[in-house]
Amino acid sequence: MDFQRLVFYVLAAILVFAAARVITVRNPVHAALHLVLAFFTCAGLWLLLEAEFLAITLVLVYVGAVMVLFLFVVMMLDINTSPLREGFIRYLPVGLSVAALILIEMYLVVRARNFGVEVMAIPQRHAEGYSNVRELGAVLYTDYVYPFEIAAVILLVAIIAAIALTMRKRPETKYQNPAQQIAVRSRDRVRIVEMKAEKKQ
Amino acid sequence: MIALSDYLILGAILFGLSVAGIFLNRKNVIILLMAIELMLLSVNMNFIAFSYFLGNTAGQVFVFFILTVAAAEAAIGLAILVVLFRNRQTINVQDLDTLKG
Repeated sequence: MDFQRLVFYVLAAILVFAAARVITVRNPVHAALHLVLAFFTCAGLWLLLEAEFLAITLVLVYVGAVMVLFLFVVMMLDINTSPLREGFIRYLPVGLSVAALILIEMYLVVRARNFGVEVMAIPQRHAEGYSNVRELGAVLYTDYVYPFEIAAVILLVAIIAAIALTMRKRPETKYQNPAQQIAVRSRDRVRIVEMKAEKKQ
Repeated sequence: MIALSDYLILGAILFGLSVAGIFLNRKNVIILLMAIELMLLSVNMNFIAFSYFLGNTAGQVFVFFILTVAAAEAAIGLAILVVLFRNRQTINVQDLDTLKG
């Protein structure tokens, strides 16, 4: 067994373990942390597949942003997990059988006879100095520039939607009205009172 | 050396686990969202494996877009979850029956 194969099997074992923990663990915080572990090991697997840019993006975007968001929400909400767990044992047989069915079906499609080394040859490693980021950027900003713009708009929509959903106006909150502030005139603020100078007694 | 089928089988195992997760944690919306993220991860793994073995970067570009959409989906889903918890004090799927669906 060569080193690359060993790395693959170790990472795959960690990935499957982390995924199994995500769905079975009792505490949502632990589930989120195991999901972080799953993302990290998946990034390692993607490095084996020479997708360096996406591996780093996975760590930055998922571990750095999405999972932190998950953890924030889990810790912000005061959840009593015991009623959420009921039915776990009841649905265990049907869940496992459906998962096993899906797994068997997929295995019949993707097994080594259809996608093995003989059918799909292992490609040559890229030479030194090859840049995956350059390659990806070359197609992303030319062939896929229109979907790229749409992705940017989708992110903008997500930002606005998340803020609009979670923002609440409390009646006691004090806030400034910029239009009123700009339109202010000096005579609204200062009142000049004419009065005679008083004589010294 | 690692064949394409190894990666595809790993993706299939991951997908099966996340489907099982949706069945097992059908009351807890947060774990459901996490299972969906896991599902997207397995799909991305298949995309990248095919992209590598076919020598075509289109698969990686697709994964890039899937990551974008998944991040947007997680942000909006969690925002909805926060609003839901603020209004109902629960995230139990069983209690979310206002629409009478």
